[in-house]
Amino acid sequence: MACPILGPKCSAYYMIISVWGVVMLVLMGIFFYIRTPSLFEDISVDEEEWHKAKMTLDFVKSKYEDNAVNCWIAAGLYAILFVFSFIQQRMNARQTYETS
Amino acid sequence: MGSLFRSEEMQLCQLLLQTEATYACVSELGELGLVQFKDLNSSVNAFQRKFVNEVRRCEEMERKLRYIEKEILKEGLRIYDVTDNPKAPAPKEMNDLELEFEKMDSELRQVNTNNEALKQNYLELTELKEVLGGAQSYFAMYGNNIQHLVEEETSHEEAIIGMKSQQGNLGYYVGTLLREKVPVFERVLRFVTHGTVFVHVEEISRTFQDPITGDEMHKCMFVVFFQGEQLRNKVKKVNEGLRGTIYPVPDTPAERNEMLVGVSTRLDDLENVLAQSNDHRLRVLGNAQKEMRAWTIKVEKIKAIYHTMNMFKVHQSSLIAECWFPVKALDDIRRALTVGEKQSGSSIPSVIQRMDTHEAPPTYYSCNKFVKGFQNIVDSYGVATYGEVNPAPYTIITFPFLFAVMFGDAGHGLIMFLFGLYLCVKEKELAAKKINNEIFTTFFGGRYIILLMGLFSIYTGMIYNDVFSKSLNIFGTEWDLTGITIPELEAKEDIELHPTMTHRNKTAYFFGVDPIWQSATNKIQFMNSLKMKMAIILGVSQMLFGICLSVFNHLHFRHYFDILVEFVPELLFLGCLFGYLVALVFYKWLMFDAESCAPALLIHYINMFMFKYVGKPQPTKTDPHPCDPQYVFYSGQQTIQTLLFMLAILCVPVLLLGKPIYVVLKKRMSSRRQFAHLSHPTDPLLSNEVGPANGFNKKGLKEGLESQVNPAYQHDEADAGIGNGNRVDPPSTVMSLNSDEETEDDMAKHGASEAQSHGGGHDDLDTGEMFIHQAIHTIEFCLGCISHTASYLRLWALSLAHAQLSEVLWSMVLRLGLTMGGRYVGGPITFVIFFVWANLTVGILLLMEGLSAFLHTLRLHWVEFQSKFYKGEGYHFQPFSFDYIHEMQTLEEAT
Repeated sequence: MACPILGPKCSAYYMIISVWGVVMLVLMGIFFYIRTPSLFEDISVDEEEWHKAKMTLDFVKSKYEDNAVNCWIAAGLYAILFVFSFIQQRMNARQTYETS
Repeated sequence: MGSLFRSEEMQLCQLLLQTEATYACVSELGELGLVQFKDLNSSVNAFQRKFVNEVRRCEEMERKLRYIEKEILKEGLRIYDVTDNPKAPAPKEMNDLELEFEKMDSELRQVNTNNEALKQNYLELTELKEVLGGAQSYFAMYGNNIQHLVEEETSHEEAIIGMKSQQGNLGYYVGTLLREKVPVFERVLRFVTHGTVFVHVEEISRTFQDPITGDEMHKCMFVVFFQGEQLRNKVKKVNEGLRGTIYPVPDTPAERNEMLVGVSTRLDDLENVLAQSNDHRLRVLGNAQKEMRAWTIKVEKIKAIYHTMNMFKVHQSSLIAECWFPVKALDDIRRALTVGEKQSGSSIPSVIQRMDTHEAPPTYYSCNKFVKGFQNIVDSYGVATYGEVNPAPYTIITFPFLFAVMFGDAGHGLIMFLFGLYLCVKEKELAAKKINNEIFTTFFGGRYIILLMGLFSIYTGMIYNDVFSKSLNIFGTEWDLTGITIPELEAKEDIELHPTMTHRNKTAYFFGVDPIWQSATNKIQFMNSLKMKMAIILGVSQMLFGICLSVFNHLHFRHYFDILVEFVPELLFLGCLFGYLVALVFYKWLMFDAESCAPALLIHYINMFMFKYVGKPQPTKTDPHPCDPQYVFYSGQQTIQTLLFMLAILCVPVLLLGKPIYVVLKKRMSSRRQFAHLSHPTDPLLSNEVGPANGFNKKGLKEGLESQVNPAYQHDEADAGIGNGNRVDPPSTVMSLNSDEETEDDMAKHGASEAQSHGGGHDDLDTGEMFIHQAIHTIEFCLGCISHTASYLRLWALSLAHAQLSEVLWSMVLRLGLTMGGRYVGGPITFVIFFVWANLTVGILLLMEGLSAFLHTLRLHWVEFQSKFYKGEGYHFQPFSFDYIHEMQTLEEAT
């Protein structure tokens, strides 16, 4: 049987963080997608680039979309981390069950 | 179950128990756990008490159990919890237990000594085997001829001169030594023999077990060659000094081989024996393992019972105990006593008899697990004086609320709430684990507090409209932004939104702060003004509430006059000064909008104390309706403010002098009455009947209580109470007895008993003291009102700090990840940065900020709120109970 890489506490910790990450980043992705004004400061709008793009709204829109996609990618990574740590947790649980 | 409003009604009773039934009765009471026994033999030395022998026997048994337990734990076995709860065995069974323990103890000790001897033997044999093997290979490597060996080895060191002539005396020692001691060994040998011996040291690769401690030992094997008898002795001495072992190794390889074989067979035998003896030991321990918990509980219970019985007074064929218990539990106690009597087969029933005392009863609340955490918060400040209003029920709401005001962020609140929820849902599993980590136990003990704090934080977070420092626009902002044109936007970076133009004034954002403030540059100014005002409003209302609670105390202790001279002036003082400020805040909120001339409240408030009022501002050409925020803003403001101020000032002398003057007058009246009273010749036998304590005796007894009075004892008690001058508020006793008599009279009696005990001379001193006391109280209260109101501003300061810190964390950390990299590349960066941000959020914002907000809330409750009505001079009700024995995990906790 494969040995768990993470200990029981560590895998629980990663599980909690990844649940939080998935929920929050998916929501943030949605907020970026609908172009929330409160998140305007969190998108990477460079003034000069914007000037070059003639201050169009489309430029900002695409930036918002970038962030939305990034957030969803990060959320996906957290989902993978969750699955991984969940398997680790299971392994740990089985091992402690076997030893006791 | 019980009321939390104030302590359960407690009653001191005398228990008359038949000697033979005492043990069973006390055992039953211990299982019940609602009776607190008083030590009646406190003057008696611990060694002179009645049941010293039994306690000693228990301690002896404890000692044996501890030994067995240690052995069990050393073997790595677990001690199983018992599911059912064994009762304390009858005293007869104690002998059986003792015998059993004795047997087990001696058996175990014998097994252990045998084991140790065997292990020592085993160690020596294994060492010998290793040494033989080592020597064999060593000699094999350098040829069997030792002479040759010496020649070869020493040809490098020319130090030994004339060695050839002494070749005949060449001898050697082979032995083992602890690895740590090898350098010392070599150095000492060199020093002692001037380098004339040859030492060869080789490490033995396997480790050995210390037979006594079981630790691992690393050993080295040494071979020492020397010449002559003297050197032999020296080497031997050095070896002994360093606790090495020398093994006799035969000279010829054949003999050595033979010996090796012999040793190996002996080792095999020994291993067999060792395994068997170990099996035996495990069997013995295994038997003990099953019974261990039950034994521990039994012995601890016996010990606790005898310890309690040592507190009883012996009276002919019975024992007399004095105990406190909640009046409500009387039936339970009586039932427990009946069961005890039945068990012991005693024919004479025990007697419970109500006693009256000057001593203050202990404070006891029967809390459930939810209230317990909050009660602990209150109790850590001070246990409520008996009968005093208990702040805990209000704390349940105000504590999490004030915490949440400082911790207002819905995101952080949600995490805290989920954590609390986890602790509460998994309550039973976590409690069964019995984790001894101190931090965890603290969190676990306060799980309901954490749950509520999280919940309230979500609420205040929604009010502040902060979720991880971001606002949610759920209901749509009420600021109208449609009128702004594109050129306007391009012209300036910031746009000023004037409320008269852009705010839809008739409506407001449905719940909490309008989300548009998040992007405003003057957000902090706006939030400051809001939070500061809220802090003052919350603080003043909590303090006013505290003052109102003091009425219940005055009523309960029947200090009716105090309502007039303490409660009313205090309420007026706080209400006229700071209550007025709160009223002004609400007035300003309701009556003024962006178009009207809003007053500067703080200036107005300061001017109120300085009697400074500015004139009406004159209209000028440029400004036909001038606005001066300092000008009075409602009609009659000056009159009302002056009046309120005067009223508050007037409260001070009332507070300062009212109570002392009242008490002095009262005392004078009562002493006059007492003179009249003393002039009557009274029968000395009846003296008890008129004493303040025993006055209740006749009526105070409830139905169902056996009223067998032990007159001699009663007399003692009453006399002692007065003679020692134990002045404890009799009114509380009156209340506790539910007696319907002597309400208006007890103050007088109080005075009378005081006069009796102190004599006339102390009166002046008392009066002076009382005046000083009251002066201190007054100054403390008046200054306290101001400083406490200011103290509530911490609500504003901390909530501001929390909001700012979470905003900084977002913009400095998370924004970094969000803005870095383009599409797709930014994903992994966000992943990593979010991880950092999440950890920092938990570490700094939740743990550290949460702790600081918790401590500030604690302070607001202990100092600002409770100082208004709570004395906290009582002591805990500590019933005699076996609960702690059931919760005990190892015997180590017993000591």
